[in-house]
Amino acid sequence: MIQPVILWTDALIFLLLAATVAFFLYARRQPHLRDPLRRVARSRVGMASMVVLAAYVAIGLLDSLHFRPALPGKPGAGVQYAVETLSVLDWLAAPLREQVEKTYSAPLATHAYAKEVVELPGGGEARDFPRLKYGGAQLADPAADKWPDITTRAFKAEAMALAGWFLAAVGLCAWLAQRGGEGLSAAWRDVWRGKTPIPWRTGLLTWGALLLLAFPAVALSTHYHILGTDKVGQDVFFQTLKSVRTGLVIGTLTTLVMLPFAVLLGIMAGYFRGWVDDVIQYLYTTLNSIPGVLLIAAAVLMMQVWMESNPDLFDTVAARADARLFFLCAILGVTSWTGLCRLLRGETLKLRELDYIQAAQAFGVSHGRIILRHILPNLMHIVLITVVMDFSGLVLAEAVLSYVGVGVDPTMQSWGNMINSARLEMAREPMVWWTLAAAFLFMFVLVLFANLFADTVRDAFDPRARR
Amino acid sequence: MTGDKPLLLVEDLRTHFAAEGRTVCAVDGVSFSLRRGETFALVGESGCGKSITALSILRLLPEAGRVAGGSVQLDGTDLLALPETAMRDVRGRRIAMIFQEPQSSLNPVMTVGRQIGEVLARHRGVAGAARRQRAVELLAAVGIPDPERRVDEYPFQLSGGMKQRVMIAMALAGEPDLLIADEPTTALDVTIQAQVLELMRELQQRTGMAMLLITHDLGVVAENADRVAVMYAGEIVETAAAGEFFAAPRHPYSRKLFASLPGTAKRGQPLATIPGSVPPLGSAAAGCRFANRCDRAEARCRIETPPWVETATGGARCHLVLEDEGGKGKDEGGRMKDEGKTAAGDQPSSFSPQPSALLEVSGLKVWFPVRKGLFKRAVGHVKAVDGVSLTLAAGRTLALVGESGCGKTTAGKAILRLIEPSGGKVVFAGADLASLEREALRRQRAAMQIVFQDPYASLNPRMRVAEIVEEGMAALLPTMEATARRERTAALLEQVGLPAEAALRYPHEFSGGQRQRIAIARALAVNPRLIVCDEPTSALDVSVQAQILNLLKGLQEELGLAYLFITHNLAVVEYLAHEVAVMYLGRIVEQGPTEAVLANPLHPYTRALLSAVPTVDAARRREVLKLPGDLPSPLAPPDGCHFRPRCPQARAECAASYPAARRRGVDHWVSCHLYDEG
Repeated sequence: MIQPVILWTDALIFLLLAATVAFFLYARRQPHLRDPLRRVARSRVGMASMVVLAAYVAIGLLDSLHFRPALPGKPGAGVQYAVETLSVLDWLAAPLREQVEKTYSAPLATHAYAKEVVELPGGGEARDFPRLKYGGAQLADPAADKWPDITTRAFKAEAMALAGWFLAAVGLCAWLAQRGGEGLSAAWRDVWRGKTPIPWRTGLLTWGALLLLAFPAVALSTHYHILGTDKVGQDVFFQTLKSVRTGLVIGTLTTLVMLPFAVLLGIMAGYFRGWVDDVIQYLYTTLNSIPGVLLIAAAVLMMQVWMESNPDLFDTVAARADARLFFLCAILGVTSWTGLCRLLRGETLKLRELDYIQAAQAFGVSHGRIILRHILPNLMHIVLITVVMDFSGLVLAEAVLSYVGVGVDPTMQSWGNMINSARLEMAREPMVWWTLAAAFLFMFVLVLFANLFADTVRDAFDPRARR
Repeated sequence: MTGDKPLLLVEDLRTHFAAEGRTVCAVDGVSFSLRRGETFALVGESGCGKSITALSILRLLPEAGRVAGGSVQLDGTDLLALPETAMRDVRGRRIAMIFQEPQSSLNPVMTVGRQIGEVLARHRGVAGAARRQRAVELLAAVGIPDPERRVDEYPFQLSGGMKQRVMIAMALAGEPDLLIADEPTTALDVTIQAQVLELMRELQQRTGMAMLLITHDLGVVAENADRVAVMYAGEIVETAAAGEFFAAPRHPYSRKLFASLPGTAKRGQPLATIPGSVPPLGSAAAGCRFANRCDRAEARCRIETPPWVETATGGARCHLVLEDEGGKGKDEGGRMKDEGKTAAGDQPSSFSPQPSALLEVSGLKVWFPVRKGLFKRAVGHVKAVDGVSLTLAAGRTLALVGESGCGKTTAGKAILRLIEPSGGKVVFAGADLASLEREALRRQRAAMQIVFQDPYASLNPRMRVAEIVEEGMAALLPTMEATARRERTAALLEQVGLPAEAALRYPHEFSGGQRQRIAIARALAVNPRLIVCDEPTSALDVSVQAQILNLLKGLQEELGLAYLFITHNLAVVEYLAHEVAVMYLGRIVEQGPTEAVLANPLHPYTRALLSAVPTVDAARRREVLKLPGDLPSPLAPPDGCHFRPRCPQARAECAASYPAARRRGVDHWVSCHLYDEG
């Protein structure tokens, strides 16, 4: 028995997902959107980055389905639910979440990172590295068995990954064969010779590489802390996985908040000009002149005070942390619309002088219709390019803000918080490097592929980039 | 000068372009030769490969292009075999080039003198004070007044005509043997064009250089070229000495080009058109490339590629020329002119009593405030339109003529209130548009529509043709049902000569002429009584222009439309307009019935304008009345008569006051002090 919980950001994420699906359905019927999107799908870089981003999104979505598990209660009495809100990801990764050590341990370690006073089996005490509670607990003689054990497990996982990948590849070819009305072997050949219009080969290779990394990671993570543990003994790998959602939420929801401001105000300024333009320009010039971090810090602190004075609004810790994340997105959105707004204003200024807009005016078409039918469709490529390009910047911004201490809630896992805590660990002797490295690696891969994807989208949609 | 040995010999030049994985043959076996001191014109419509030919000679092709075969010999040296370093000595030094767009050919952050100096330093080794001195001399040679001062100015401080002169000065700096001029005057106004062309003729006489003139304007060719080559779809279809070419063109395409030129001679009859449009580059098929558009095409034209037939002064590539050799060709040429004369004679007088006015514009003003300072106070006005009065009756065409910047487009848009007028009255069918409220104006909009100049910018690329055409109906006739709208769209497309399936396609799938037809269908959709045509044919090729003019004329007869035709092309005015109004610097200087104004121009500006238009007909050619200088800025028009600083007949009283409009003849008005007495 569970009680589903829909947090604010969950709702918005699924709204965004629905909007994206709706956009693609709409774009399929619009050649000016369909053709560039097709170009994105047909580019090899685009394909590879889409596969990697899809993996991140899948993790993020799994982490966005929240529920409260039922507590084992007395029969007859009403069902009691746990205070703790869990996500599907938490549930799937229960071993990672629950196998908490005492304190720091290095990646794949069997012993703690620092010496402690341990009781010797024969009685008496000594300072030594104690065995970990969970990491490699199944090993009788860690020194001798650890690496053979790891290698066997990894190999088994790789074999499974290859099998899984092969099944996926055959499935894809079967689908292609059915669609193209040709034999399975012919489709297989086309894919591997790179003759399909959509570079399925690149997609399959990327997918294969992902599986080869993910399977051993999952297989090992149940018996080892593959990326070590942090100060309170939590699994760092689990933390990084949890941080994916935070990064994605910041990167996407912020644009969702920012878009209405940017699009509406930008078009209004460019289209109506005159005092409307003056007011909007004044607004964004002023907003732009205030240092962004200062503005965000002030807003976040105000929000924090308000939340503390109204504790009864949030029934769980998760709801509280989530509300703070949501407000952070809103604040980032409100402060970051100026760039796109300026771009759109300039483009609208150009568009409104074009003959077809004047022709529409000569028909007495209302302003609203002109904006909707003539101006907005001709701006869509700019909006799309900006959204994709802003994404990686926002993911990085979260890290910076959390580091400064005005980012997400300290209880929420995020790369920024991980880096913030790693700040002190880096000063330790011996150095605790894995928290920072793990956060860096996951963030770097996400931002790199998001940037590659953004480049592909820009190339496909930018009319000037076309040869 | 060695007259027999050619300076430039191009043989079987082939240029290929790689586009989307396929090879496009943009220039396909072009051969010609050019002697010293000769002007050779390469004529053709857009996309026929004439500019590519020039760029191939200079080896300046864009990245996707490459010369696939043939030879280009300059004084015996094969330019195509030269290494790139040696080629740099040829460019600018032996062969110089002038481009179409003077605005984009000069570097905006370098002074004119330094840009000329660059050429001098590279090719002539002139340095220091001598370089500057030589730059000043060159500027003086191309007729730039006050060259000492101009040499230190930046391109933005010069007018379009001056920039083109600077370009010519730069080309001359290397003292080239051959000057390639690619549409050198297309971006310029006729009066400036006349100045520049005369300058080029003069310089050629002085220096004895050869000139390869690339243009689409047959008038320019007639007045400047010694020999002519007509290009079509990457091939030269005809070459001839200029005189012979204009007397009796041989190739059917050349003849059609002449026949589709509008003019007085063809008033009242439809222009001959070439069906279809110019084929895209490299769409080569077997047989004659013109066969699909040729009205004399026979079965073999579609199968056999026609041979090159040599004639006395040139040759042609056509199966029919073989048989025509001997007289038939001349017959046709002559007949064409005869027809013109009879038509002009039969033309019914337009002095018929006019029906009541549909549109009456009086004292229309459009002033754009010039704002300065912190509080954006208006410190002056650009008087784009300054007191224009016009009358237009139903079923008539009034042409508004003038050079760029004279305010004719602004006037047209202000009449429709697409630009808010600052003063004056626009009475349309009894209602003063200038003072109507938004909603009342909206109801009036159905009766007046506009067709724009650029068919590429006037259709929303994101909408289907059906949506574009139906937009007006949806906005102005909201009671109309969807099915009725769809039927009307189909009918309109048929009316403008487009297939019904065009409705479901997007604008980019159409050629320029077809797009203009869509724009006309869009305007017609709401049953207008007046259409403002803002240079509707100036972005189109001659053969397509004829189609659109015929269409407009046919629609006028059928639907009784009134046209306010804004143009700078006087040939179109002669052909189409009933009345004409000549604008200069925001004001109308002369207006009246077309015949009266064109046959007997009174205002000195009208006379200069008419004389500057290059014409293919040697008999009608007049001596060009040279206008010094450029159009003054409408921000600070000259005192008194605006035309005074450029007027050859200016007198004392011209500086004192702006002349009032005087009536000379039936409905023929002129604003000039020359006609004060009497």
